[in-house]
Amino acid sequence: MNINLVQHLVLNIEETVSIILFGIGFTILLLHRNLVKKIMGMNIMDTATYLFLAVKGYITGRGVPIVVDGIQDVEAYINPVPSGLVLTGIVVSVSSTALMLALTVRLYERYHSLDLDEILILAKEEEEQI
Amino acid sequence: MSRKRDNYEESRWRKFKSWLDGETDLLEHGMDAHEAVMREEDPIIVPAHGEGKEILKSKGIWRFKQFYKVMSVVLCLGVILTLLWTVAALPPRGDANNPDNNEVAARYIERGLQETGAVNIVTGMILDYRAFDTFGESCVLFIGSCCVLLLLRLDGNSEDKELEKMVAETNDRHFEPKNDIILQKCSCVLVPVILMFGIYIVLNGHLSPGGGFSGGAVLGAGLILYLNAFGYKRMGKLFTEKLYKRTTLCALTFYCLAKSYSFFTGANHLESGIPLGTPGAILSSGLILPLNICVGLVVACTMYTFYTLFRKGGM
Amino acid sequence: MSFVQNFPFFSIILAMFSGIISSVLSGKKARNLTLMMIAVTTALSAGTLMFCLKTGESYTYMMGHFPAPWGNEIRAGVLEGVTAVLFGIVMFLSVTGGLDHTARDVEESKQNLFYIMIDLMLSSLLALIYTNDLFTAYVFVEINTIAGCGLIMIRQKGRNLSAAIRYMVMSQLGSGLFLIGLTLLYDVTGHLLMSPAKESVELLVATGRYRIPLLVIMAVISVGLAIKSGLYPFHYWIPDTYGYATPTGSAVLSGLVSKGYIFLLIKIFYRVLGYDNLVGTHMVNVLYLFGVCGMIMGSVHAISETDTRRMIAYSSVAQIGYIYMGIGLGTTAGMVASVFHIFAHSATKALLFISAVGLYEVSGDRKDFVSLRGAAFRNPLAGIGFSIGALSMVGFPMLSGFISKLLFATSALDSPEKMMPTLIVLAVSTLLNAVYFLRLVITLYSRRRPEDKPLPKQTTVRSSWALRLAIICFIGLNLVLGMSSQPIVQAITDGLAMFD
Repeated sequence: MNINLVQHLVLNIEETVSIILFGIGFTILLLHRNLVKKIMGMNIMDTATYLFLAVKGYITGRGVPIVVDGIQDVEAYINPVPSGLVLTGIVVSVSSTALMLALTVRLYERYHSLDLDEILILAKEEEEQI
Repeated sequence: MSRKRDNYEESRWRKFKSWLDGETDLLEHGMDAHEAVMREEDPIIVPAHGEGKEILKSKGIWRFKQFYKVMSVVLCLGVILTLLWTVAALPPRGDANNPDNNEVAARYIERGLQETGAVNIVTGMILDYRAFDTFGESCVLFIGSCCVLLLLRLDGNSEDKELEKMVAETNDRHFEPKNDIILQKCSCVLVPVILMFGIYIVLNGHLSPGGGFSGGAVLGAGLILYLNAFGYKRMGKLFTEKLYKRTTLCALTFYCLAKSYSFFTGANHLESGIPLGTPGAILSSGLILPLNICVGLVVACTMYTFYTLFRKGGM
Repeated sequence: MSFVQNFPFFSIILAMFSGIISSVLSGKKARNLTLMMIAVTTALSAGTLMFCLKTGESYTYMMGHFPAPWGNEIRAGVLEGVTAVLFGIVMFLSVTGGLDHTARDVEESKQNLFYIMIDLMLSSLLALIYTNDLFTAYVFVEINTIAGCGLIMIRQKGRNLSAAIRYMVMSQLGSGLFLIGLTLLYDVTGHLLMSPAKESVELLVATGRYRIPLLVIMAVISVGLAIKSGLYPFHYWIPDTYGYATPTGSAVLSGLVSKGYIFLLIKIFYRVLGYDNLVGTHMVNVLYLFGVCGMIMGSVHAISETDTRRMIAYSSVAQIGYIYMGIGLGTTAGMVASVFHIFAHSATKALLFISAVGLYEVSGDRKDFVSLRGAAFRNPLAGIGFSIGALSMVGFPMLSGFISKLLFATSALDSPEKMMPTLIVLAVSTLLNAVYFLRLVITLYSRRRPEDKPLPKQTTVRSSWALRLAIICFIGLNLVLGMSSQPIVQAITDGLAMFD
C-alpha cells in the first residue's frame, strides 16, 4: 500500500511538486511576518495550483488544443478546460497581487516597516495617541 | 578536518546566512542608490522609541517566535502530506480515460470550431462556452485597478497634496535616469516591434495561441518601456488619465453589452444573428475578436496604470 | 420561457454595469446611481421570488447558447430569491444609513470608487447566490474579496490599512484552499457545473471510488470558505476589519459578505457534495465543534472589549459560530435554522452598526463605553434602534434573534447525540450575549456622571434623515422577521428541498 503510494507520487512527479509548492506557499502566506514574503508565498501558492491544473489537463502524446488542418478528433488534442481555467485564474491572481503590493507600499510609507506584527503594534499605538 | 573558527561573524556561512535572511545587501556598494525623500505629511513613527520594538525584543516573545517557527514547519508538512495523500489516490497523469476527459472536453474539441468559429479551442471555450467566468475575470481586473487607484493615486486638490506629488516626482527622478541616450535609441527600435507583436497577439487570439490578456500584457509592457525611455512629459501627450478612463469604460461597456446580448438571446433560445465567418480567417468567430480587442485594451491600460501608480502615484 | 426568468441575470449585469459606469461619474452621481441600482435589483429579485413561489419550482438559466455541462449557468429558486431580496434590502439600508459618513470619511475625489466597490460587491453577492457553476463561484468570490478590501481601506487611516492587509492575507488563504478544492473536485468528477458534478459525486460515493480525495475535497472547501467567513479559529481579522471601516462598510461586511460565503458553502453542500455524504463522513461534526467554540469564545472576547465597534465585531464571531453549529447538526431542521439565522443576523448586525453611528455622533465620535453613557437620551431613535438590535441578538421574544434561537433549540432535539451540548451551549452563549449587550444598553440609558470627561461641543447634532430612515426601516425589518417568521421559515424549507 505504502509502496504503491510512493510509486504513484514518483510517477506523477509534476503533481507532487506542485502540491509541495502549494504547501510551502500556503505556510509562507499564513505565517511569515514579512509582508513582501507573504505576497511571494501567495504567488507561489497560486502558481502551484495552476501548475497542478495544467498537469491535470495534459494527456500523453496529444497536441495543443488549436485545430490544425481541420482535424477535430478527440484523440488529437489535450483537454482544453484546465487551460482555460488557468488563464482565468492568472488574471485573478495578478489583481490581488497588485492590490496587496499597493497596500504594502502604503503601509511602508507610513510605518517604515514590513513586519506585519510590528505594523499592527505601531498602528495600535498611533490610534491610542490620537 | 574541522578547523575551529573564532571569527564566526566573518565566516562565509554567516555571510551566506545573513544574505539569505535578507539582512545584508550584496549590491550595497555596487549601486548608486539615493536616499529617498520622505513624504512630509506622513506621521513618521520611529519604531525604536515606540513600545513596539521593546515588546518584540522581550524574552517571552522570543520563545513564542521559536515556537512559531516549529509550528510553521509542522503546519507546512501537515498541509503537504494531507494533499499528497489525496494526490496519490487521484487518477494518474496523462491518461486519456481520466474522469475529466469526458463529454464536456469532447464537445469543445469536436464541435468547437463549428459552434464558436474559433480555431483556438481554449479561446472559444473561455469567450463563448464559459463567457460568464471570463466576464467576471475582467471585472476582477477592473476592481483590482480601482483598489490600487484608491490606495496610490495622489489627488492634487489641497496644498499638501501638491507637495506630496512633488516629493513623489523628486523621488522618481532620484531612482531613474532621465533621457538616457542608449535606452532611448534601443526603445526606438524595440517599442514599435513590441507594440506590433502585442497587437498581433490580440488580433489572432482566435487563430493562434494568445488572446486579449496575453496581448494586452505585451502592449502594456511596450508602453511602460516607452515611458521609461522618454519620461512622463512625452508620454503625457500620448496617454492621459482621461484617455485611460475612457478606453476602459468603452471597452468594458462594449464587453458588457455584447455579452449581455449573447446571454439573453442564448437563454431565450433566440438566434443571435452574429455571423461566425470562415474558420481560420481573421474576421471570423463572431464576437470573439471584438471581445479580445476590448480585453486587450483594458489589460494594456491597467498594466500601464499599475506601473505609473506604483512609481509616482498618478499619470 | 417567461420574461421574469431573466431577472436574476438582469440584476447581476445591472449591478456590474453600474459599477463600470460609476468609474467616470462624480461622487454624487455615482451615489444616486448606486441607490437606484440597488432598489431596481431588489425589485427584480422580488420578481424572481414571486415567480418561483407561484410555479413552486426552481429553474436554471443558460448564460449563452450552450446547455448545462458545456456553458455557464445560473439557477434561481425560492431560497435564492428570498436571500437576494433580503441582501438587497440590507444593502440599500446600509448604504442609506451611512450616506453622510461616507461623504465625510472618504476623500471627495475617491467617492465614486467607494460606490464602485458597493456596486461590484452587490453583483458578486448576487452571483454567489444564483450561480450554478463552481468556477464562476470562485471568480465572484474573488471579486467579493477585493471589493471588501476596498471597503475597509477607503478610510486611509493606519488601522484600516493594517486591517485590510490582514483581511487580504486570510482571504487569499481561503481562496487558495477553495481553488485547490475545486481543482481536485474537477479532477475526480470532470465537471464544473453543479448538477452534473453532483451526479458524478453520487456515482463515486455509490461505487466507493476516490473515497480519500472526496473527503479531502469536502474538508478543503469547507475550511477555505470558513476562513473567508470568519469561523472561530480563523477569526483574527474580524475585529479590526469590522471595527474600523466606515459605517456602511462595517454593516455590509459583517451583514452580507461573510453571509454570502456561508450561503455558497450551503449551496455547494447541497448541490455538489451532497449533505448526506457530509453527514456520513462526520465532516459536519468538525464544523459543529468549531461553531460551538466560536459561540462561546466570540462572546468571551466581546465581554472583554471596551470599544463598542470591536465588541459588535466579536459578537459577529459568536453569531457565525451559531450558523456553523446549525450546519453541523446534520439535519434539515438545523440547516433551516442556520439559513434563518443568516437572515436574522444580517438584519440585526447591520442595524447595530448603523444605529451605533447615531450614538457616536452625539458623543463626539468616541466609541468607548464611558463616552457613550447617556447617549440614548441625546439621540433617542438611535438608542431605541441599538436596544432593539441588542435585544434581538440576546433572543428577546418578537424579534428575529428569538426565532432563530428557537429554531436552533428545536432542531437540536432531532439529533440525540448532539442535543445536550447544543442546548447547554445555546444557554451559555445567550447568557454571555446578554452580559455584554445589556451592559452596553444600560450604559446608554444611564445618566452621565459628573466626573465623566466633558463631551466635545457638537453633541447636539441631529442625525440626517437618511440615518433615521435607515434605523426605522431596519427596526421594521427585524420586527417582520421576528413576528411573521412562519412564511419565511416555510420558504426556506421549500427552498432547501428544491436544492436537491
